[in-house]
Amino acid sequence: MAILTYREALNRAMVEEMEKDPLIYLMGEEVGHYQGAYKVSQGMLTKFGEERVIDTPISENGFAGIGVGSAMVGLRPIIEFMTWNFSLVAIDQIINSAAKINYMSGGQFPMPIVFRGAGGVGGRLGAQHSQAFESWYAHCPGLKVVCPATPKDAYGLLKSSIRDNNPTIFIESEVLYGSKGEVPEQEYTIPLGLGEIKRKGTDITLVTWSRALVFAEEAAAILEKEGISVEIVDLRSLRPLDENLIYESVKKTNRAVVVEEGWPVAGFGAQIAYLIQKNAFAYLDHPVERVTQLDVPMSYAANLERMSLPNATRVADTIREMLQ
Amino acid sequence: MVSSVPKDSQSVSELKEFYRQMVLIRKFEEAAAKAYSVGKIGGFLHLYIGQEAVGVGAIASLTPKDYIVSTYRDHGHALARGLNPKPLMAELFGKATGISKGNGGSMHFFDRNAHFMGGHGIVGGHISLAAGIAFASKYKKEDSVTICFFGEGAANIGSFHEGLNLAAIWKLPVVFICENNHYAMGTPEYRALAVKDVSVRAYAYDMARDHIEGDEVRKVRDHVQVAVERARRGEGPTLIEVSTYRFRGHSMSDPAKYRTKEELDAYKKKDPLMRARHELELGGIKEEELDKMDLEIQTQIDEAYEYAETSPEPPLSQLHKYVYAEDK
Repeated sequence: MAILTYREALNRAMVEEMEKDPLIYLMGEEVGHYQGAYKVSQGMLTKFGEERVIDTPISENGFAGIGVGSAMVGLRPIIEFMTWNFSLVAIDQIINSAAKINYMSGGQFPMPIVFRGAGGVGGRLGAQHSQAFESWYAHCPGLKVVCPATPKDAYGLLKSSIRDNNPTIFIESEVLYGSKGEVPEQEYTIPLGLGEIKRKGTDITLVTWSRALVFAEEAAAILEKEGISVEIVDLRSLRPLDENLIYESVKKTNRAVVVEEGWPVAGFGAQIAYLIQKNAFAYLDHPVERVTQLDVPMSYAANLERMSLPNATRVADTIREMLQ
Repeated sequence: MVSSVPKDSQSVSELKEFYRQMVLIRKFEEAAAKAYSVGKIGGFLHLYIGQEAVGVGAIASLTPKDYIVSTYRDHGHALARGLNPKPLMAELFGKATGISKGNGGSMHFFDRNAHFMGGHGIVGGHISLAAGIAFASKYKKEDSVTICFFGEGAANIGSFHEGLNLAAIWKLPVVFICENNHYAMGTPEYRALAVKDVSVRAYAYDMARDHIEGDEVRKVRDHVQVAVERARRGEGPTLIEVSTYRFRGHSMSDPAKYRTKEELDAYKKKDPLMRARHELELGGIKEEELDKMDLEIQTQIDEAYEYAETSPEPPLSQLHKYVYAEDK
């Protein structure tokens, strides 16, 4: 098994898929000559040329629309947003076009497009560059929303996203690009909608995705020393959602916490909390809790950012309280 | 009215066909307006009445392999593309037999086979989609051309500028057709456009431009044809502004009180259907023949209405279908 970084795993997935299918192209700001703002597309311009690795001017709405239009006539675009913060100027194309054209045309136009790029919070990037938007996109039927946390998952899920005939919101964790992990050398895919138990436990279920998995794992390690056994469910994709994996775990542990990087109000964690109380109510010994970013825009100041971010301490404190 | 008389039998028969299409659109929409007023059609209904020469003339310059991207005012473009009025009317009625199976409605006609790439409801949002379809033609080295209709209101939105800039830098085979009917809903152009001539915005993108009056269908065809051929030769996009007028309000719910009766009457004197009819008469077509044609079209529309009315609603099982495409 090879050790790859998260960004290398993503790069490998794109390269392999593009080698197989000439209808796939990559488009975005700095993806070509600059080799990717976060180097995810490193080397791809040389390999595939300017016709398939396409630098755009700064115009997210425009090139998102180019992607959608081209997908309507059979191309399979990968549209990179330098960061998901910039996707907001393209949100009309993502929601009003990509997510709906197949539906409102009565099934005439499958939409094989992947929107991908850096997301998540942290790194002292300030209020406009430090936001987790998966809840926004997961709100919309017609989209699939994928949030991998490990290099292994990033590779397998990106390949599935590229092969899917639906618009996929593939949110990469900016903070995790350099993180390393084992990635099987043999080609594989991970079906969208299949979560994974990242850690087995008996006392409490921790539901999470993307970089919040790191906080979850740190918290689990802390609590283990105190004799608390935490089970971690990594959803990996929010749409489709591996609901049963959550319920099965809750049935065993009787408690659940959702840990996410996004804001609390109308966040995806609220949906999970609802689903658990609706479908596993009889098994609950405690209300479902959530650990999220605090309900404020991100501050630049180091101490305030630290305070705003979810972290292992907050997760561990929440769990201790629940078990009292 | 300065009339260009069709010179030979070929141009007479061509004009006759354009006239037929324009009457079809007019009568289709008159029937739709009637159905709307009695509650058989819901939602918004944006009529194209008065603008028929633009869609008919522009689309006449295309071949079946070319693509059309339309707005929420899409009935005329769809009929000009040759789509059968029955499934179009059925779509307005929200029926299973509709062109989008009842999921689309008035603003969202789609026909993949006819390369009719949709009516789109967000002003200007579809302009970059059109550029994307043209991008795909270039990527696949096909010589299809895409034409994209929009109103002058869309020329002020970011999507317009981004779409035109990308089309220009990549020399995409797309023709942008601004149907300037002088009102973005109720806002007249002088309150919305810093420079009234939308077509001069082409200079900002080093793009070919054209500006024509939209009441003469063959003139529209001739001018759009030049742009389509330019695109097909790989010489890039064109921005064409066609000055036109809608005789009705923005939609059926708009009484259009923001304009004077005198203004409307003046434009009605330039009705493209009247003009074409007059020219056909000058070209030797008898009034009776044209009346007969009108009547045949009315019958066709009546049949479409009947078809829409008697078609079943979509099965309830369709509600969740098409949210996602089937797997590859």
